Amino acid sequence: MMFVPLTTDILVWLLFAAIAAYFVYVLRQPHLLMPWRRVTQSAYGMSALVVLAAFIVVGLLDSLHYRPVLERKAGQDAAYSTEVLSVFDVVATGLRARRERTYSAPFATRAYARETIEISGPGGKPRQAREFPRLSWGGAHLKDEAERDNDIFVRAAQGLMLGLLAWCALAAAVTLLHARLANRTAREAWRAIWRTETRTPWHAILFTAGALLAFAGLAFALCTHYHILGTDKVGRDVFYLALKSIRTGLVIGTLTTLVLLPFAVTLGIMAGYFRGWIDDAIQYIYTTISSIPGVLLIAAAVLLMQVYIDRHPEIFPTAAERADLRLLFLCVILGLTSWTGLARLLRGEALKLRELEFVQAAQAFGVRDARIISRHILPNVMHIVLITLVMDFSGLVLAEAVLSYVGVGVDPSMISFGTMINAARLEMSREPIVWWALAAAFVFMFVLVLAANLFADAVRDAFDPRVRAGYAPRLANAKA
Amino acid sequence: MIAYIVRRALYAIPILIGVNLITFALFFVVNTPDDMARIQLGVRRVTAEAVEKWKAEHGYDKPMLFNDRVEGLDQFTNTIFYEKSVRLFVFDFGNADDGRSIRHEISTRMWPSLALQLPVFLVGIAVNITFALLMAFFRATYLDFWGVVLCVAMMSISGLFYIIGGQYLFSKIWNVVPISGYAGGPDAFKFLALPVAVGVVSGIGSGARWYRTIFLEEMGKDYVRTARAKGLAETAVMFRHVLKNGMIPILTGAVVVIPTLFMGALIAESFFGIPGLGSYTIDAIQAQDFAVVRSMVFLGSVLYIVGLLLTDISYTMVDPRVQLE
Repeated sequence: MMFVPLTTDILVWLLFAAIAAYFVYVLRQPHLLMPWRRVTQSAYGMSALVVLAAFIVVGLLDSLHYRPVLERKAGQDAAYSTEVLSVFDVVATGLRARRERTYSAPFATRAYARETIEISGPGGKPRQAREFPRLSWGGAHLKDEAERDNDIFVRAAQGLMLGLLAWCALAAAVTLLHARLANRTAREAWRAIWRTETRTPWHAILFTAGALLAFAGLAFALCTHYHILGTDKVGRDVFYLALKSIRTGLVIGTLTTLVLLPFAVTLGIMAGYFRGWIDDAIQYIYTTISSIPGVLLIAAAVLLMQVYIDRHPEIFPTAAERADLRLLFLCVILGLTSWTGLARLLRGEALKLRELEFVQAAQAFGVRDARIISRHILPNVMHIVLITLVMDFSGLVLAEAVLSYVGVGVDPSMISFGTMINAARLEMSREPIVWWALAAAFVFMFVLVLAANLFADAVRDAFDPRVRAGYAPRLANAKA
Repeated sequence: MIAYIVRRALYAIPILIGVNLITFALFFVVNTPDDMARIQLGVRRVTAEAVEKWKAEHGYDKPMLFNDRVEGLDQFTNTIFYEKSVRLFVFDFGNADDGRSIRHEISTRMWPSLALQLPVFLVGIAVNITFALLMAFFRATYLDFWGVVLCVAMMSISGLFYIIGGQYLFSKIWNVVPISGYAGGPDAFKFLALPVAVGVVSGIGSGARWYRTIFLEEMGKDYVRTARAKGLAETAVMFRHVLKNGMIPILTGAVVVIPTLFMGALIAESFFGIPGLGSYTIDAIQAQDFAVVRSMVFLGSVLYIVGLLLTDISYTMVDPRVQLE
């Protein structure tokens, strides 16, 4: 096995470590902890976080790549496959390996299209017929196809039981944890949770986790013997594709913000703090960049990237690394075109802050500008940065789909929501209609983006001082 | 006032120069004309003569910035920078790779784009304001709560799904409107009805939610309390005071997109087969026609800057407190 750390893998894990470090730091800072406490008290915010966490686990597992060893002969060096797999692929080996020849509907036992196959006719003579052939994996264990519904029902019941068991374990753990923290007996804790008397909305968390576990149990029990979301044109399991798309969406949503952050923060604060010609210059830069239509600028840059890749095929040993570089480049381009909005917000905030007494006092004491910015301005604009970052995430996931549709998104060989939708466009005009790939992309994307949007709302409500100070109290109440 | 407008318009010039330089750098320095020729001719089997011939045909066989083979002013004008980039300022876009005049294409294709975008814009604002006002009127009730939930859910659906779903329902299942295509004159209505509806619906989520916050912010202000205190009915407060004052940020925020309506909608036009500028741009991107993409980048920037200018002007017109500095 050869470990292949793709560039985006490294960045994703670094980002994950940075976020973890941030939360360790926050735990020791009461004033930073307070708004996060408020986030944990929002029922819909925590439900969204549970869903997001499930997506993130899949995405992180899918971000550890390696190249498997090909069969080794004695006395030879190990040869590595050109196929790059991830840890997630190992977990889902079954899903990946069970390929059909072409389309098949969810839970189908027969293919979508007729093929010429040999069947034994009367008298034992083989004859040829146009038939819907049995799938090589989907429902292949059934001797009689009439048993299918029964089999699905039994397996679904088993899966649900499994999910229920897992949920019970989780609920017990949560109850005991709450009992411990609140100094109650387990029975009281259980009652408090379901009467929604706990400060952290454990009922909402358990409810969402229950729905997720039920789905996971069902999927786990059924996907080993059926294609629960059908197969695509080349026979890949759509459920597997949808799970693989999660990583692409997460990478675009997070790494892009990583790129835009340094530009937006340094330039935005500098413009507001120094004013004068620095302000003019920075304003000029961001007005110019934001006046170029975003999609076109991205398209132009990606076209150029494409030319570069075409001319230098030798620097990419595997297709996955080439696709990965293109993904990274897309993040960089998206970041470079979208830092202007945050910079403008930060400039306005810095303009206000520099007139406040504590900044002027620091200036009177002769504190250097760099130190004033890092010690006095930056901590006071961090809530804006944080709110913008979480709010931007869902928009970026949606943007990926549109860009991939236009043909300037991720590499066509990379599995993503955009490429799934793109392929589905032709499938919609088939007869009978191939709806499952599109439906799967829709549901997975909708759940991911909705969870991100709800979580972003919770973060904004907790961090926005205007909401907190009762500036818009009705807004806060209506939201709750 | 006129002096203010002129001064604002002059600010646009350095920005346009910046846009021009960025596009020049992107399209000619990072990526040389040789690369473009190779893409158009096929990357692998291509001879040096074929590349030279392609460059000569498309006018890329000149030096980048400075031509030392000719005399006088031609040293600067007989270059790629002048021919391809500076000429954009007078809207001389040159020819597309298929030899057609880009300028002519743009002038014919902007009308279908506008025919789609203008109704989407106007109906969209009206619909969003209606929903937002309704939610603000029933604020802090279940109607408001579920309205916001619905808005967030609608925001979470990719625009592609609205288009695909709309086409599937109305064109394939119910056969109400043709699935795609376009015709001029009164026939345009049946082709545009669905794209306009899809455009409006896909914008409701974010639009109505945003306007709702504007109205709620407005309703927290003192003049609203005064209006209530003097005994005005809640409907009168909403329509006569809140709506009117809320319209200031809504309209000034909307003005910036008016010029860019000409640019059309990239995705919708290509799905519905409307021969506008949006589908023109997408086709150019997919055919890797750099001349067209470059022209559209420049045109889009010009229109956006006009939009910014209009926004500034509308601020001063709507709100007399804004000073003309």
